[in-house]
Amino acid sequence: MRQAIFETRHVADWRRFEAWLDRNDRLRRREPGAAAEPVDALPDADVPQAYRRICQHLALARDRQYSPELVDRLNQLALRGHHLLYGARASRGMARALEFLLTGFPRAVREERALVAAAALLFFGPVLALLAVLQWYPDFVYYLLEPEKLARYQEMYSPTNKRLGMRDADDNVAMFGFYIWNNVKIGFQTFATGLAFGLGSVFYLVFNGVAIGAVAGYLTQAGYATPFWSFVAGHSAMELLAIAISGAAGLKLGGALIAPGLRSRKAALMAAARPAVRLMYGAGAMFLCAAFIEAFWSPLTAFPPLTKYMVGAILWGVVIGYLALGGRARAA
Amino acid sequence: MLDTARRIATPEGIELALRLAGPVPRAGAWALDFLLRLAILAVLAMILGTLGGFGTGVFLLCWFFLEWLFPAWCEVNWGGATPGKKALDLVVLHDDGTPVRWPAALARNLLRAIDFLPLFYGFGFVAMLLNRDFKRLGDLAAGTIVVYREPKPRGFQVPQAAPLRPPVALTLAEQRAILDFAERAQGLTEERAEELATIPHALVGRLDGRAAADRLVRIANYLVGRK
Repeated sequence: MRQAIFETRHVADWRRFEAWLDRNDRLRRREPGAAAEPVDALPDADVPQAYRRICQHLALARDRQYSPELVDRLNQLALRGHHLLYGARASRGMARALEFLLTGFPRAVREERALVAAAALLFFGPVLALLAVLQWYPDFVYYLLEPEKLARYQEMYSPTNKRLGMRDADDNVAMFGFYIWNNVKIGFQTFATGLAFGLGSVFYLVFNGVAIGAVAGYLTQAGYATPFWSFVAGHSAMELLAIAISGAAGLKLGGALIAPGLRSRKAALMAAARPAVRLMYGAGAMFLCAAFIEAFWSPLTAFPPLTKYMVGAILWGVVIGYLALGGRARAA
Repeated sequence: MLDTARRIATPEGIELALRLAGPVPRAGAWALDFLLRLAILAVLAMILGTLGGFGTGVFLLCWFFLEWLFPAWCEVNWGGATPGKKALDLVVLHDDGTPVRWPAALARNLLRAIDFLPLFYGFGFVAMLLNRDFKRLGDLAAGTIVVYREPKPRGFQVPQAAPLRPPVALTLAEQRAILDFAERAQGLTEERAEELATIPHALVGRLDGRAAADRLVRIANYLVGRK
């Protein structure tokens, strides 16, 4: 069939499909008046069929070597139809996000429990080891941290401070912004560098473990135990576990590259990226909670240290319980 | 053939053509986004700087949002492109050509943290050169591609003229070249169109530019089957 006959025979179909696409674009941009426009000759229910016909015309036009302009035009119509038909997903927005946090995230953590355990070991190992070592050899801290930094920490946790964990000039909201900006960045780095065969995640887990362990051990031994521990008690559960989970997500990426199994490395990486990103959704939410607690609850000195320790212990219990049990009821 | 077209197969059994964007336009889009971010942060710093500690906190939150989440949000909700990409007509899509959604958008944007290493997107650039689809590491993991937005069809058509049967038999590729010329001649300068028209000697003989172009258009009319 010659191109001219082909065009005259089908151009009406193409126009109708294009008009439907244009109208849909305007609706999606919420342009005023789009919904009120007269419904085109093409009802929504007939769109898949019209799309398949365009696909067939495109294949014919290519095979018969019709002019490039016509092929391009059909290619574009098919592409736009493809985007709409296969790109459309029902979005349940907030309800779905909440459901994920309540059930999906704890399940995702338990699904990767081996990696989470490994990441936790890499992170909490140095924390606990240094905490212990520095009680016996306090000078060991000078291998790890500069004296100026230690002096700053002493200032932050000085028992005479009206608020803990910050210098007197600092503001709660400023600290909240800083915790988000800094801590979540650490989490993202720990995750992303896992792409280097897991090495980056291992590095950041151990590095942050050493840094936290050194400061905690030093302040405990130097007589700042009460202000320090009553400051960190509240947000420690959320923050430390979120770092460990970010590390686990990074190790998931690295593991896919080291041991891709029966897939190619690229395919294994893509398959691992989905669950890894799910872990990061949850870790991000945990970092957010931690930053909130750290900025607005942890510095308070109005409550006796014992209260703050108890709140901290309860939060550890709640977070671990959430990760261990969340979403089990409906998992069966 | 060595080109940047990528074909994606659809369930209807056809292939759709997409044009991949290489490192240069993508670096340009990144630079635009970077400048935009810088400008927004500078304005915010001026406004929030007057509010003391509270302003500092809000500023850091905005910075965090602009750096990590805003690009992903744009790619999901704003036609698959950050402002810089939009300016350069680029779109982010899934590997199968569908619009990008949250998991993939977030993965590719969080993984910028490693593409950026060791300096100026060094890893990302090397990764882009090592695969066919110009994917940086974040794209590889997220399963996304960056392509050019399809231009609106220019609406060129073979101009009407009395059809003329070509004096010699033409192969399919030759027919296609004639059709392509007849359509595109409207977008070329007259001199260039006439220069091109004198190339196929077998069809136009010794005609000069203007007449040769007209003859090719007439042959094109014959080829599309006009009466």
